[in-house]
Amino acid sequence: MKAAVIVFPGSNCDRDLAVGFEGAGAEVQMVWHKDTALPQGLDIVGIPGGFSFGDYLRCGAIAAQSPITRAVIDFVHGGGHALGICNGFQVLTETGLLPGALMRNANLKFICKPVDLKVETTSSVFTQSYKPGQAVRFPIAHHDGNYVAGPELVAELTDQDRIAFSYANNPNGSTADIAGVLSENRRVLGMMPHPERAIETAQGGSDGAALFAGLTALLATA
Amino acid sequence: MKAKVQVMLKAGVLDPQGEAVRHALGTLGFDGIEGVRQGKVIELDLAEADAEKARAEVTAMCEKLLANTVIESYEIEIG
Repeated sequence: MKAAVIVFPGSNCDRDLAVGFEGAGAEVQMVWHKDTALPQGLDIVGIPGGFSFGDYLRCGAIAAQSPITRAVIDFVHGGGHALGICNGFQVLTETGLLPGALMRNANLKFICKPVDLKVETTSSVFTQSYKPGQAVRFPIAHHDGNYVAGPELVAELTDQDRIAFSYANNPNGSTADIAGVLSENRRVLGMMPHPERAIETAQGGSDGAALFAGLTALLATA
Repeated sequence: MKAKVQVMLKAGVLDPQGEAVRHALGTLGFDGIEGVRQGKVIELDLAEADAEKARAEVTAMCEKLLANTVIESYEIEIG
C-alpha cells in the first residue's frame, strides 16, 4: 500500500498519521502543500490534524485552497481513498468532499481528552475491522469540532449508513452526536477524534490500530 | 474601490460565541438582551473601479473562500 500524508504549515499530526499508515505496512510519502501533484500509484491520502494556516478565516479554509488540495480533490474524484482527521476533517468539509461543516465547540472550550465512541458502520475500509456498534476510545483535541448538519443531511447520512463514528457522550455539540462521516462512495472518511493517537498501549490505548490495519487488508487485495 | 464583507452564521445555526457574549453582558447588568449574534467583517481594497464588476468579483470571493455557505451568509457593501 502506498500512502501520502499532506503537510500544511501548522499541521502537527502529520508524523503520527504517517506512523499509523506505516504500522499497517504502508510506504508513506510526506507531501508539502505547495506541491501540485500527488505521488504516482497512490492508494490513500491522509490529511492530518493540526492548525493549518493558524486556523485563520475558518479552520481548514485556507488549506482547502492550497495547490495540493486541488490534486487531492482530483484523486478522490478518480475513486481514491482519503482519510482526514481533526483539521483534516475540517479541510475535507471546506473542499466540499464531505458534507456539513465544523464550528466552534458548543461550550466554547478547547477540549483535549480521550472520548468514548461507537462504531456506527463497519461497511467501509476504515471501519471493517471493528464489530458493529463496538465501543472504542480515541483522544480528541479540538476547538472547532461541532459538526453542523441540517435535518435533511442527517437523514441522508443515516439512510445511507454514512455515519462512521458517534460520540457516546457528546463533548462538543455535534449534530446527532456525529464524530465521523463517510463520503457517498464510502472511500473518504473525515473524523474529529484521533485514531492515529491510539495505535499502541503506550499512547494510553490502541483502539485506533484496527482502523489502519483494516485499511491495509482491503487495499492489498484491490 | 473599497468593499466590506459581513459574514454571519445563518439564521437557525446556533451561535455559541454570541450566546456567551449575551451571557456575559447579562452578568454585567445589561438587561433585556434577547439575542447576540457574532460575525466578522472583512475589508477589501480593490483595483476595480466599476462598482458592479467589483460586486460580482467579491461575490465570487465569498462563495469560494470568504464565507462557508453551508453555515454562513454574507452581505457585501461596495464603495
